[in-house]
Amino acid sequence: MTDSRADKAPPGQGQPVYLDYAATTPVDRRVLNRMLPYLTNLYGNPASRSHAYGWAAEEAVELAREQVCSLINADPREIVWTSGATESNNLALKGAAHFHKGRGRHLVTLATEHKAVLDSLRDLEREGYEVTVLPVLDSGLVDPAVFEAALRPDTVLASVMFVNNETGVIQDVAALGAMCRARGVIFHVDAAQAAGKVPIDLEQLPIDLMSLSAHKIYGPKGIGALYVRRKPRIRIDAQMHGGGHERGMRSGTLPTHQIVGMGEAFWLARETMAADNARIEALRERLWAGLSKMDSVVLNGHPQQRAPQYLNVSFNYVEGESLLMGVKNLAVSSGSACTSASLEPSYVLRAMGRSDELAHSSVRFSLGRFTTEAEIDFAIAQVTDVVERLRAMSPLWDMVQAGVDLSSIQWAAH
Amino acid sequence: MAYSDKVIDHYENPRNVGAFSAEDEGVGTGMVGAPACGDVMRLQIRVNAAGVIEDARFKTYGCGSAIASSSLVTEWVRGRTLDEALNIKNAEIAEELALPPVKIHCSILAEDAIKAAVADYRARHAGQAAVVSEQPVCRSSQG
Repeated sequence: MTDSRADKAPPGQGQPVYLDYAATTPVDRRVLNRMLPYLTNLYGNPASRSHAYGWAAEEAVELAREQVCSLINADPREIVWTSGATESNNLALKGAAHFHKGRGRHLVTLATEHKAVLDSLRDLEREGYEVTVLPVLDSGLVDPAVFEAALRPDTVLASVMFVNNETGVIQDVAALGAMCRARGVIFHVDAAQAAGKVPIDLEQLPIDLMSLSAHKIYGPKGIGALYVRRKPRIRIDAQMHGGGHERGMRSGTLPTHQIVGMGEAFWLARETMAADNARIEALRERLWAGLSKMDSVVLNGHPQQRAPQYLNVSFNYVEGESLLMGVKNLAVSSGSACTSASLEPSYVLRAMGRSDELAHSSVRFSLGRFTTEAEIDFAIAQVTDVVERLRAMSPLWDMVQAGVDLSSIQWAAH
Repeated sequence: MAYSDKVIDHYENPRNVGAFSAEDEGVGTGMVGAPACGDVMRLQIRVNAAGVIEDARFKTYGCGSAIASSSLVTEWVRGRTLDEALNIKNAEIAEELALPPVKIHCSILAEDAIKAAVADYRARHAGQAAVVSEQPVCRSSQG
């Protein structure tokens, strides 16, 4: 058993408290220990069929394939290794659209998808495809009727994220997939944030293509996979050409140590998911209970249909980046424009009908395997302290306390 | 994003946070920005009989650089005449705080806040029409 939780310095005394597990996770030591021999002694190329080095590497790669499948109930022959979920999304969307371009050129997705999906589809748009980006409800869920209505005879593919990376909201991929299946529309699911957090059974779910990542569940960065269903068989065009690896769908020498790490991470997730989720959900609720004691704190995303690891909160009248600057002993992320390169506030929260103000004021807390109760209590105290301090210097808070309706003000910039 | 020491200092020890009564004889109030853009600054100046700004207060909703820019401005306008205050340019604010290019809009907003506060004071005292500074919609989001 890992001792990473016990090894930590008390909150505030060592490294910042890490509550950004949705961005990435540490590699679990058990995963690291499995990876190391494949960097030193067992360094063969899994494609080398002529000697023991290659055989050992190939065996490790195939075991990892089975380990990944054990978490999602798939067949090892349905797994294509990639460099991560971004590549998997690109391969799935461009690969399927290109292969089936004779059938139709219409693609469907949601406004809250990851940029790897939205930008891949935008690229296809430039090639002449037509893309429908559906709105979501305030909860972050897509209205199934709206989704169904968007599917047309010429729709080739629909892409929906399983668990949203900003809010943790869980889309009903079973219902949406069934609508696609009934119409012969290929259904792609970005499950980068879902694997290891919500149960996934591909025997049951009508999902045709599914993107996976290792580093979100205690595996190494730089490795992911695309699940490509065999029954019914889903065909995609390769996007990376070369030695014909991965049954021609993705060429490139397999990074054995990364693959071994991903396999072990998925295997561990399968074993610990139930216990981890119960513990993490209790911590998440503790965090929410502590933060919601303050006034004007808004939960973003569906209150129940949400993975236990996520808490996205808007602290009204406080700008997100200044909040993050204040909680310097916490590692969290914000939907505020200022923390991203683009200077736009979170498009995910905007799509959920949140005002720009609330999007600017949002903070995403994401918890994980090594989060402790002491860290949660520390986070509550830090955030409360800084929110109160910033509200004391916020002209908006001032006006609201004085009974002014902010929406009644003619802001100079508008 | 790494912040300069001066931004951190102003953020952690903001100068002259607070408010004067906007009705007070010698007070000029300027509020610029918009919540939807992620920053709102309210700058107030207290002007004495000689036309010199003797005190200033601010409250800001915005990122650390916006808070630092407005805090700095409250220090800089003190002891200046209105015309001298209007000579404070965003480039000086940005330089003093070592703002990176993506934060220049914070210093522009601070300059606008000075103009708005002076305009408000003058409008109330000389009967001059208040000059509302022209701002594009969410300049900050145009990067």
